[in-house]
Amino acid sequence: MAKKSTKDTALVSKKEWMIILGLVVLPFVFNFSTYVQGLLVIMMIWVMLGTSWNLLAGYTGLVSFGHAAYFGIGAYTGGLLFFHFHISPWWGLLLGGPAAVILGYLLGIMVFRLRGPYFALGTLASAEILRIVFGEEEWLTNGHNGILYITTWTTKYPYYFIGLVLALGSIFTVKAVMRAKAGYYFLSIREDEDAAQALGIDTMKYKNISTVLSTFWAGTAGAFYMIYMGFIDPEVVFALHNISIITILVGIIGGVGTIWGPALGAAVMVFVQEFFRSAFFGLAPSWVSRLHALAFGLLVIFVILYLAGGIVGDWDIIRKALRFKRKTEIAE
Amino acid sequence: MSILKVENLVKNFGGLMAVDHISFDINEGEIFGLIGPNGSGKTTTFNLINHYYPVSGGKIYFKGQDITDKKTFEIARLGIGRTFQVVKPLRRLTVEDNVMAAAFAREQSFAGARAVAKEMISFCRLDKWSEAIAGGLPIAGRKRLEIARALATRPSLLLLDETAAGLNPSELDEAIEIIINIRGKLGITIIIVEHIMKVIMSISDRIHAIAHGATIAEGKPEEVAKNPTVIEAYLGSDYNVENYLNA
Repeated sequence: MAKKSTKDTALVSKKEWMIILGLVVLPFVFNFSTYVQGLLVIMMIWVMLGTSWNLLAGYTGLVSFGHAAYFGIGAYTGGLLFFHFHISPWWGLLLGGPAAVILGYLLGIMVFRLRGPYFALGTLASAEILRIVFGEEEWLTNGHNGILYITTWTTKYPYYFIGLVLALGSIFTVKAVMRAKAGYYFLSIREDEDAAQALGIDTMKYKNISTVLSTFWAGTAGAFYMIYMGFIDPEVVFALHNISIITILVGIIGGVGTIWGPALGAAVMVFVQEFFRSAFFGLAPSWVSRLHALAFGLLVIFVILYLAGGIVGDWDIIRKALRFKRKTEIAE
Repeated sequence: MSILKVENLVKNFGGLMAVDHISFDINEGEIFGLIGPNGSGKTTTFNLINHYYPVSGGKIYFKGQDITDKKTFEIARLGIGRTFQVVKPLRRLTVEDNVMAAAFAREQSFAGARAVAKEMISFCRLDKWSEAIAGGLPIAGRKRLEIARALATRPSLLLLDETAAGLNPSELDEAIEIIINIRGKLGITIIIVEHIMKVIMSISDRIHAIAHGATIAEGKPEEVAKNPTVIEAYLGSDYNVENYLNA
């Protein structure tokens, strides 16, 4: 979990600089189709969402089943400003995060009294309430008609780079926090809330700090989604399955309580989903495309059973397994 | 000088009187033993002092300040550390990270917290386990981790709840030495709850005996051990005190 070796080094390690550099030059090296470019942008949104969820659930032990609430509020902040006042939704990118923080704080007053499964149910209900309210209150939100906005650019690359900066921002916010006092306090709360209090930790305060950081990035992800897609409606941005649950799965596949886990989980999730959705990129009969949810579900079950720490958390196990295989091949 | 004063402490869980008008006054630098049969209210008293439970009645003063209604984390910050009878390690963290999390109560920087953690880890002789995951420690290690973590919060008063239970004889001697050092070298006042007579009799300056939540005796260890009520309630009516004191 919290290994010391990482804390003595610089905030951005050499390996991480390489990854960042790789992601920056990626679009210049390969001539991606618009379709692939779009997938990369979507991936960045999932990196933000997964990382945001991981801070709260993976590191602080507050397993949220309602991250769609913050994502949706972030998306609708820019959306509503545009819809009512014709202000550019780009302002949402600035205000979506803070709006989600305010929502997170208000919901926190209610759900922080709950522990364990009850907390999870509380967050789930919060997001569902928002989905229904935003669908029904047409005077405010235009209801199920959603909000439409003509996107700023038709090319995807600007979105890719903005998304990349935001995604890295979320990752390194979490990394910086986890190396400091607050990070230790989050872990203490996750491991044993009563022990944490006896150590002088104001658990309520630090749960709120964790929530502020988490909801900020979830809201920002939502705001960015609005700008990129140019269309939102409550069923999409407040979705229980397609947002809240997938966010959790992204975290689990990549590795709960690891810095880069959710980022990797996001990449795997987007790839697997598209691989099936496109019927193995058109190589398989079209009915395969209907299996994408099933395939992703099976992947999650496999990870939970054999790699409980996720791909990043159990990387040592994966590496050993691969090495073992290679050796036996040689032996044969 | 009084460091902790408890006045007519009462706690009832429904109809059960777990703590029944207990009062004591602990001097700075003292090792104060709290004894009593199983279920007599020792741990509950600790849980009231650090406000793990709210009191049903009575007052608690720490260095003259009324702390009866303060929250658990505030009490820890004022300088009352505690260990748990049922140990509560931060399971998935290393021993060092456990103690560091506690050290942040007084230290703001990573380096500062780490220095305090290292100091307390070697004070409790946990060095060889410093990189081990806390959940995998043997019981002796976990008990000492409880102490190291409490010490890292830099308390002036430490509540030790059965930190010697489940230890073998050599571990026990080591535990006694550590407890004596806590007062001797760190100058911390101690209230200790313990079932093992060897520990409590040898290190306490004063002992407070309770049964069924109420005080039955208070005084020097040898006085309390000779007290007939204590012998009957706590040691059993056929217990021969002389055997014990001569041992």
